[in-house]
Amino acid sequence: MAAQNFKHALFCAIVTLVISYPILGLNLVAQGTQVVLEGADTATLISIVLAAVAVFLFQLFRDHIMGSVGKMPNLNPFANREPMEQSKRQRLDTIVLTLLVIGALIWPFLVSRGSVDLATLVLIYVMLALGLNVVVGLAGLLDLGYVAFYAVGAYTFALLYQYFNISFWLALPIGACLAATFGFLLGFPVLRLRGDYLAIVTLGFGEIIRILLNNMTWLTGGPNGIGGIPDPTLFGMEFGRRVKEEGNTLFHEVFNISYSGNHKIIVLYLITLVLALFTALVIRRFTKMPVGRSWEALREDEIAARSLGLNRTSVKLSAFTIGAFFAGFAGTVFASKQGFISPESFVFLESAIILAIVVLGGMGSQIGVILAAVAVIILPELAREFSEYRMLLFGLAMVLMMIWRPQGLMPMRRIHIELKKQE
Amino acid sequence: MSMLVLEDVHTHYGKIEALHGVSVEVNKGEIVSLIGANGAGKTTLLMTVCGNPQASSGRIILEGRDITRAPTASIMRSGIAIVPEGRRIFSGLTVEENLHMGGFFKSKAEIRKNQDHAYELFPRLKEREHQRAGTMSGGEQQMLAIGRALMSKPKMIILDEPSLGLAPLVIKQIFEIIGHLRDEGITVFLVEQNANQALSLADRGYVLETGRIRLQDTGANLLANPDVRAAYLGG
Repeated sequence: MAAQNFKHALFCAIVTLVISYPILGLNLVAQGTQVVLEGADTATLISIVLAAVAVFLFQLFRDHIMGSVGKMPNLNPFANREPMEQSKRQRLDTIVLTLLVIGALIWPFLVSRGSVDLATLVLIYVMLALGLNVVVGLAGLLDLGYVAFYAVGAYTFALLYQYFNISFWLALPIGACLAATFGFLLGFPVLRLRGDYLAIVTLGFGEIIRILLNNMTWLTGGPNGIGGIPDPTLFGMEFGRRVKEEGNTLFHEVFNISYSGNHKIIVLYLITLVLALFTALVIRRFTKMPVGRSWEALREDEIAARSLGLNRTSVKLSAFTIGAFFAGFAGTVFASKQGFISPESFVFLESAIILAIVVLGGMGSQIGVILAAVAVIILPELAREFSEYRMLLFGLAMVLMMIWRPQGLMPMRRIHIELKKQE
Repeated sequence: MSMLVLEDVHTHYGKIEALHGVSVEVNKGEIVSLIGANGAGKTTLLMTVCGNPQASSGRIILEGRDITRAPTASIMRSGIAIVPEGRRIFSGLTVEENLHMGGFFKSKAEIRKNQDHAYELFPRLKEREHQRAGTMSGGEQQMLAIGRALMSKPKMIILDEPSLGLAPLVIKQIFEIIGHLRDEGITVFLVEQNANQALSLADRGYVLETGRIRLQDTGANLLANPDVRAAYLGG
């Protein structure tokens, strides 16, 4: 058995050596006729060799090692537990969700300003991921340019404010609807495409929007972005020290409390929370409606869905449009939170992160996606001390997730087996 | 009274002609079987009826209405239902959800009624109502596929190789159900490689060979025909 793995193990060890060269910043320098390795002391070199040996040995005996790992007692105490009854679980779900929402409402008053700000960002990603979940998780259309709709939402608000002085609350539906229109328009050409081809076209669309925003300097300010985007007001109350816009009042004056910069952060968080809840509830409703089931049917088997008289075009278009709508929603909130946006914020990496959240959370599962959004946004922040290694850790976490739970954190549930006892 | 009429239908896949002028007639209330070898064009014929691909020439008439150029979605909503080859159930959805998909364009009351009817025909499906369809056996999946097609209360049902990959006992059960459907007044168009069973059940039959209809007769006559016996029934 070990002999069969020998070649593979040797290859892995060599790859380890080769990879450590750029990662650890080693440098080959020509000195006269000799080539000298720079940037490494003896300890580093020894550890590289040790790492290669470890990889070699592991790969050589991996069948033994993985075999004995499998024999170990299961670490998850809940793994072999009986599935809960449907009604009981639904009640538990409701209780847990209610507690979570209450917790999320109280929480910002107890923690630091930075955490609340981060939580707002997490909620924006929750909205984005829930929207993308409709397209990728439910309808099964791989969309790699989702960030384009996010950008449309954000820029709609920024431009409407800049040119027409339109407030956040009015821009919110406009931004979302405009993004939905873009989703609808993109839907037409991509309807014939499937899988990889669809991914490429949507990827291209994402880039087109970003490059347009970058180059239409006369309208969007190009790479300089748009600044001075106002915070949301609450029933005409502003959260600054002084009133910026005529007719508005000041939050701390209305409630007769001393001014604090925290008010703005907390209210923004609460507004985002409400909008995220709204997103979750609306999409949840959709999944229970016929249109939601038709998305799933089309994902499961296109031919079967068509044989039942479903119109492929309208089903796909509805998924694209609704997904884009919520991206526009999130974009408007993002623009308001940041106060400044530029094409830099809407690069492909954003699409990739949102997609990673959906995949990690478990395609189609709402709670899973929410948990994954929290994990994916907060983990890199927690790992800030590791500075340059944090993306490496992030990648490692993703790889491990895909090995251990390829179906996602909390896959969409639909298992309900009742076997009658044999008599 | 004819339910479905195909008049000199030609179908192309790109430049290749798969059907070279096929004429088939299915009368109301009968079971018509179409038999033929692999690659004869049986599935192409069915797909052409469903409008995917559309016939390049000829006419297809469903209950007096010309559907040759109609889009698939509208054909499938006009009283015709198909059980596709290889079952094609939604494996991630539960049995009940699969059935509901079948009655997508029906009212809630009709869905309930048709669902009860499907459970009556296939009590096994009732037992597995909340189970993921993909976890069932092949025979149960075929029952589900038929049940799902019946959810739209069709006047005519097209079955593409319902016996494919099933155990003999299950095949027998499926064919019994098909006979039962005719008794309910549903017209059945059955496409099969399992010529023996398909012809003994059918009122009339067609033999398709390389895109052309070779023979047409009553089911019993075809079963007795020496050529058919040699080619499809193993002598």
